[in-house]
Amino acid sequence: MTDVTHDAVAIKLGHHTSEDAQRRLRRRYASERRFKFFGIAAICLGLGMLAILLISIGSRAIPALTQNYLTLQVEIPAEPLVASADHNHMQFVEREILSLFPDAIGDFQAQRQIMSIMPFDAADVIGERLLEDQSALGGERIEVTLPLTDEARAYINGEISRTTPDADRQLTDEQMSAIDRLRDDGVIVIDGDQAVLDIAVDLPVYEVLNQANFQSLANEALYRLFPEVEGRARGDLRAIISPGAGFDLRRMILADPGLVGGSVTIEVPLSDSFDQLAKGRVDRDLPEDRRRVNDEQIAYFDSLEAAGMVTSRFNTRFFSAADSRQPELAGIWGALVGSFYTLVVTLLLSFPIGVSAAIYLEEFAPKNRLTDLIEVNINNLAAVPSIVFGLLGLAVFIQFFGLPRSAPLVGGMVLALMTLPTIIIASRAALKAVPPSIREAALGMGASKLQTVTHHVLPLAMPGILTGTIIGMAQALGETAPLLMVGMVAFITSTPEGLTSPATVLPVQIYIWSDAPERGFVAKTSLAIMTLLAFLICMNALAVWLRKRFERRW
Amino acid sequence: MQTWVLIVVLLILGLAGYYLGRNRAVAAADGKAASLHSVPSYYGMYVAIWAAIPGLILVLIWLSIAPVVRDNMVLSAIPPETVTAWAQEMLPADLFAAEAEAIAASGTDGLTGPQVELLMVNINNVAAGSSFVSPTVAGILVGPAEHMNSLGELSGWGLLVIGLGLACAGLYTARRRLAPQFRARNRVEGIINLFLIICSTIAILTTLGIVLSLLFESARFFGMVPIWEFLFGTQWSPQIAIRADQVGSSGAFGAIPLFVGTLLIAAIAMLVAVPVGLMSAIYLSDYAPPRVRASVKPVLEILAGIPTVVYGFFAILTVAPFIRDLGAAVGLSVSANSALAAGVVMGIMIVPFISSLSDDVINAVPQSLRDGSAALGATKSETIRQVVLPAALPGIVGACLLAASRAIGETMIVVMAAGLAANLTVNPFAAVTTVTVQIATLLVGDQEFNSAKTLSAFALGLMLFIVTLCLNVIALRVVKKYREKYD
Repeated sequence: MTDVTHDAVAIKLGHHTSEDAQRRLRRRYASERRFKFFGIAAICLGLGMLAILLISIGSRAIPALTQNYLTLQVEIPAEPLVASADHNHMQFVEREILSLFPDAIGDFQAQRQIMSIMPFDAADVIGERLLEDQSALGGERIEVTLPLTDEARAYINGEISRTTPDADRQLTDEQMSAIDRLRDDGVIVIDGDQAVLDIAVDLPVYEVLNQANFQSLANEALYRLFPEVEGRARGDLRAIISPGAGFDLRRMILADPGLVGGSVTIEVPLSDSFDQLAKGRVDRDLPEDRRRVNDEQIAYFDSLEAAGMVTSRFNTRFFSAADSRQPELAGIWGALVGSFYTLVVTLLLSFPIGVSAAIYLEEFAPKNRLTDLIEVNINNLAAVPSIVFGLLGLAVFIQFFGLPRSAPLVGGMVLALMTLPTIIIASRAALKAVPPSIREAALGMGASKLQTVTHHVLPLAMPGILTGTIIGMAQALGETAPLLMVGMVAFITSTPEGLTSPATVLPVQIYIWSDAPERGFVAKTSLAIMTLLAFLICMNALAVWLRKRFERRW
Repeated sequence: MQTWVLIVVLLILGLAGYYLGRNRAVAAADGKAASLHSVPSYYGMYVAIWAAIPGLILVLIWLSIAPVVRDNMVLSAIPPETVTAWAQEMLPADLFAAEAEAIAASGTDGLTGPQVELLMVNINNVAAGSSFVSPTVAGILVGPAEHMNSLGELSGWGLLVIGLGLACAGLYTARRRLAPQFRARNRVEGIINLFLIICSTIAILTTLGIVLSLLFESARFFGMVPIWEFLFGTQWSPQIAIRADQVGSSGAFGAIPLFVGTLLIAAIAMLVAVPVGLMSAIYLSDYAPPRVRASVKPVLEILAGIPTVVYGFFAILTVAPFIRDLGAAVGLSVSANSALAAGVVMGIMIVPFISSLSDDVINAVPQSLRDGSAALGATKSETIRQVVLPAALPGIVGACLLAASRAIGETMIVVMAAGLAANLTVNPFAAVTTVTVQIATLLVGDQEFNSAKTLSAFALGLMLFIVTLCLNVIALRVVKKYREKYD
């Protein structure tokens, strides 16, 4: 008996402890470890890719945080400034004279007729006056005497009149009555034997100097530092400073016109190639023809740097300027404002519509074919590729309704349609999470169905709805493809002013810059991406906080 | 200007209506609010709605219709002489010579569509007093521009007067109707209910808008290029169609290379995403301790929140050069815009999508199945491979289908990292182009809506929509069915 038992146990033990069984078990355990390892590897791969993405873009963004400036002593002589801007002085005269003819407002024909009683170069007098007396640049009103055309003088002298046959005169009846009117107003006076126009004109300093060439002044300052460089070699020198130098100088002078005639010290941005050089991102050992800066330029730059004239500072322009072809002048402010306007439109449309739709479907809708269809529809819309929404926007909003291209209004409408499913689905989930006891209690107290929803269910579901809305908005903020379709990809150098002015948004700005050949744009793109990610993280953090803070478990 | 005034006035009237209505209801009940049918504020709301809403609806309708009516009136009122003078100035001489008679005879009817548009743009500019128009043209168009301005003025005042009239009439009649027994709450709730219904049908309208606009434009395209040529042609070079004499005449609109390119990149993406996503989901749901799961899962989901344009930049900045160098190291020539780089990055983007969807379905498999398997002596991995995964398979397939539809519809990564030229190849190291890339490049920038080149983008969009819709419908159905099975 015991023998038998012993034998049975031995056989059984043998079955599990035999060489074969041991090997089988080892294999099974090895495969178990392998399987677990694959799981860990998969997670590490995902997390590693995230880390590589953030690090590779983040590290490239750092150079864009600073910009190098060159300190220049710029002479501001009046003559070249006024001379380079004198072609538009006539507009000041025009403004004065036309203010005397209120009935000609909006009538180009009539305005042209009135103005043509003066020779086209009449306003040169103003340029001459400004050269003589720079105090007039302060934005004062000055008296000028302007000549009239021979024809006009002939009419004033009585040599021709309205009865003169048309063939013998070039003055029309309208011009004659304009002259009469100006004489009555004492604007046209007889000075000695000549009829002239005596008029006081405003010279807004902004408009006088706006067209002036400030860049050449900055260039001159640079030439003075290297007197030995002449002729075409100066082109190499000019390339050191950015075309933005002129803008900065203009802003400085317009703010204080008294500086004209003196000299100012100003820090002007370096152009992209030299900014890269200053940041040590240009390999000086490369052969000359494979660098963007040649050996002479490096020598110039080194002597400027040795003289302590190059300073590196935080790049404020990046956060305050709009797009530009020059990396050192380009900024994301314009795109940020565009994104803001677009998201405002998206929010104003998708939030009320989405929440209303969710309330109806969750609380009121009868269970029938139509509501089933709507449900399936919403789920499918959530998975439709975003570019298809762009096609819809292009065909319907722009082609059919004729709304303007590139406008935040249209972009916002397209994104609203796109985020609508997200908001509806999240809102329905939030409404569903409110326990039926709340509804029953309210109904039991005699509230109507709508009162139950608006007074009791909706407030309790609000945190969930807001969370879903913020996540939808974050999606919309990062969306690019549908906005390309509705034309928000234009090159726009000014900050958008309203919902219908041309604009671009941050992700599209990133897309535009990623295509640009200038080296500086790699860093700008990376920094723009980091800014976008920062906004997204803030929005998602807000959503998480909302959920944590107000979430109620029933 | 008048529009804004009207909107503000309407809102003020609405507010006034609210107080008027409420006070009148209370007064009608001799101050005893309890004897009213509804709470007093409902009477106020009823009046407010009647005061403000009809006017606001009128504003919406007016704003969308008035410009069209105005343009038509201006156009039909332009005398043929003016049109002739304008055409002489603005149209190329040979065109003008060809059309001169028709224009002289029938005015604007003698112009083609784009010419009428140009004329309207010119008139608009003159009317707005902008300097984009040459002085001569401005002189010619002074008459129509003034006409347009006066009509615009008239329309503005008309809107203001009619809107105000509607608001006052609504306020007056609604207020007169109030009586203690008036069922104000039911009326107000009826209106709100209507609003809710309208909002929930917008989803349907959107789908309808997508389908109709795609179908309509595609039909125009298939009028120029036969549909079989589009579906089965192997040559894609839409640029040829810029020349008017070649529209649709060459075999340049064969979409096969695009379909192949799209599938190639999507397949690479799925090859990356499915193993990684599925294994992560398995590890997180069945192996990871709760603390690891709680911290790793949200971090992994960050990948899903990163905008696609960032992935695109990542692809051209890091991944594509890396793959090219790797290829060069083993003696392969890899294109700078290789399908592999775009596919791998797209795969990374889809990983969290697959992992969180699979995580859901794996978690939905009842614990009893796992316990049963463990009781039979299976190791964890055997349980997962032989019990959990087969049970969760329909859901995982659904997740993969959804992910595939995403990969096919993804735009920015491929626009930035994939090629533009249509090569019919399945070599992952070569540059291929995709449907979405072509849509984006065909429609970015100014385009005229009559060329086959532009319209082909809508045909591609239609294909994209149909394919992704089918994938989505199947996937959603599979996932839903599966969920019901264990719920």
